[in-house]
Amino acid sequence: MDMPSPDPGILSRKARIVAGLRALLPEDAVIDAVEELRAYECDALTAYRCPPLAAVLPRSTAEVAAVLAFCHGEGVPVVPRGAGTSLAGGSLPTADSVLIGVARMAALLETDYENRFVRVQAGRTNLSVTGAVEAEGFFYAPDPSSQLACAISGNIAMNSGGAHCLKYGVTTNNLLGVTLVQMDGTVLEIGGPWPDAGGIDLLGVICGSEGQLGVVTEAVLRILPKPEGARPVLVGFDSNEVAGACVSDIIKAGILPVAIEFMDRPCIRATEAFAKAGYPDCESLLIIEVEGSPAEIDEQLARIRTLAEAHNPVEFREAADEAQAKRIWLGRKSAFGAMGQINDYMCLDGTIPVSSLPHVLRRIGEMSRACGLDVGNVFHAGDGNMHPLILFDANKPGDLERCEAFGAEILKLCVEVGGCLTGEHGVGIEKRDLMSVQFDPVDMEAQMRVKDVFDPGWLLNPAKVFPLGVSAGRRAG
Amino acid sequence: MRPSTEAELSEMIREAARPLRIRGGGTRGLGPAEGVVLETGGLSGVTLYEPGALTLVARAGTPLAEVEAVLSAERQRLAFEVPDLRGLLAREGVSTLGGVASANASGPRRVQVGAARDHLLGLRFVDGRGDVVKNGGRVMKNVTGYDLVKLLAGAQGKLGVLSEVSLKVQAIPEAEATLWRETGGTAGLAALRAALGSPFDVSGAGLAGGRAMIRLEGMEGSVAYRTAALRAHLGGEWQVAGGAESAALWTRLRDVEPFAGAPGAVWRLSMVPTAAAGVEAALTAAGLPHRALYDWGGGLVWLLVDSPEAAAIRALPGLGHATLVRPLPGMEGVPAFHPEPAALAALTAGLRAKFDPRGLFNPGIMD
Repeated sequence: MDMPSPDPGILSRKARIVAGLRALLPEDAVIDAVEELRAYECDALTAYRCPPLAAVLPRSTAEVAAVLAFCHGEGVPVVPRGAGTSLAGGSLPTADSVLIGVARMAALLETDYENRFVRVQAGRTNLSVTGAVEAEGFFYAPDPSSQLACAISGNIAMNSGGAHCLKYGVTTNNLLGVTLVQMDGTVLEIGGPWPDAGGIDLLGVICGSEGQLGVVTEAVLRILPKPEGARPVLVGFDSNEVAGACVSDIIKAGILPVAIEFMDRPCIRATEAFAKAGYPDCESLLIIEVEGSPAEIDEQLARIRTLAEAHNPVEFREAADEAQAKRIWLGRKSAFGAMGQINDYMCLDGTIPVSSLPHVLRRIGEMSRACGLDVGNVFHAGDGNMHPLILFDANKPGDLERCEAFGAEILKLCVEVGGCLTGEHGVGIEKRDLMSVQFDPVDMEAQMRVKDVFDPGWLLNPAKVFPLGVSAGRRAG
Repeated sequence: MRPSTEAELSEMIREAARPLRIRGGGTRGLGPAEGVVLETGGLSGVTLYEPGALTLVARAGTPLAEVEAVLSAERQRLAFEVPDLRGLLAREGVSTLGGVASANASGPRRVQVGAARDHLLGLRFVDGRGDVVKNGGRVMKNVTGYDLVKLLAGAQGKLGVLSEVSLKVQAIPEAEATLWRETGGTAGLAALRAALGSPFDVSGAGLAGGRAMIRLEGMEGSVAYRTAALRAHLGGEWQVAGGAESAALWTRLRDVEPFAGAPGAVWRLSMVPTAAAGVEAALTAAGLPHRALYDWGGGLVWLLVDSPEAAAIRALPGLGHATLVRPLPGMEGVPAFHPEPAALAALTAGLRAKFDPRGLFNPGIMD
């Protein structure tokens, strides 16, 4: 993974830059000691590490604006960081950058049940948004699996999804407004607690821009009333094709489960060995969850059973009570941990048209055998968002490179069948160099023009999203 | 001008010497109509439809009615319930998919499923240089690169001319029912908000002609259950309309039918829902004769105002923004789209300069 060489002029000015930051922020909000900066050297893509020049932990929009204006004046790149849970290296620093961590900005600013929104500081964790409103019967819908730790700011940057977005959409569908600080320190209010922002949809392009257009310090989020209840079923099949056909039938029948999760045999075996959830030993299984009152759940599950039985499942398991429901989810929720017990793994995130599922799984199996690395598949089948987990040994020379090459081949396959490189994790540095597989130069040029407008000096979250060769002229300018 | 291929569209834009008025079917465009008309109707046809993946791709000039016919043959539909404003705006013509996307045209179901922009999976468009750009794709989850799909949706053609649109579609539910009762504005709007805050998955919450309406859709048994549960939750005497009778109520609200042919300026307000209850009193206090329709639980207010006054409407408390959908004579100086704060206006002007450096697209709109 290439990263640009740090600017020696900035490195040599470290003392002056740190002094400038200290003049703007309280003593405890500026970190410049080398050993303390290690805490910020990587996010959840731990294969790549680089401590920043300095890190700041502001407590307010005004402090963020002061830091950005200062860095803008000094020509210093800035890397925004939420909770550091990006799997794509979205908050990997460069050595000549100032990292702005928003973790101390976690306040709940406003709760309005009648208008169904909350306003939060963007460092607040995803799960604690729901935590703040669930006593009143509400929740915040996007639920990335890191939701206990991940911050709303990072969710907005990456347009995060989750297991339940089949019904409720991803971050962009649940975001009403933001306070955005531009690189030059200008503070913008975009959108608000009304249905749509006026004018050209700036909010729509800010969400998912990977922290490259501005630093989001506050957000207005849609909250929804919690359904009366939810219940999963587990359906086992003896082929991936049949499982894929069953998913398609359910969707086509107009049943809208909140989640349809898919696991293949390698993943089922690994999780059984690890979590002992009592899953059947079969080629593939689906976990399908529906919501509503008990009677509504019964009605939906009866339909699903009818559709599934037409495909001769090896098992159709309903949960009779809460404990059984938990066991059905247990294996799925342990899947990443289970694969991690076997070896190091790399988690991919491509999306494919649901109709291509059997073809893509077959090809991944062939590629796995050809390159000698095992792969397990666990993913959100309802929306085609795949998470192949490639097993490798980080201590074995050359294995990481082989794994990355295999991963790149899988992502190319996703694009080839009409899908995309990343469904919910973001491009970051991880998929940066594959962008040209999905986009022509003119497509990337159009995206980069948006950045030109928001951040003309290309100082925000440098060296992410666009291949270095593609963005070279702009970054130099 | 009427290109029949994307390549022709690109060529025409590349060679355009004068501003262009982009036109799908001419059924919902707002603002002054200046420039040489560039029609997209020649770019027509559904190119991909996978009912099992809830995905449809069509060229931007495809008539909305054609798309709806293709979908309904598989018992599917566009979930975002596109308003037909031809009656309101006294227009003829055939609404196109590109026009729908460019206007982010969204109906009552927005409270449940979101707006048109939330169903757009991908786009192809031609920018002001004549370059053909693609963004997004045809899959449900996609965070690869910046989301230009959202940026173009609702941009009224200012950043590019759409050539292809990829959409998420929805199965038509088995049943629908509307709870309704005659009630005053304040109490009616409060009931709508109470319904939207309930767990009963409301798919419409409007108030028109002194009648509050709440829609439920889904499987037969589920709709029956929720109808009873919501009635109990709200209290009071609610009537129930089902099937075609229910559907007609929502079409009437969606298309703003009560204001079609009625004299006056028509405004579309995006509001904090609780603030909607204060709109009529504020207009009365300002001496402005008016009528109002409420959708999205009060988040959307349609106003018919028998006065060219604009400033008082754009200053209403709790207003996000106000669009002048149908001006009265004498309102030529009033911009159709709500003026933005200076910092946001600078950003949108910057984007327009990048995507349409020669200022070709739809002059006079959103400038």
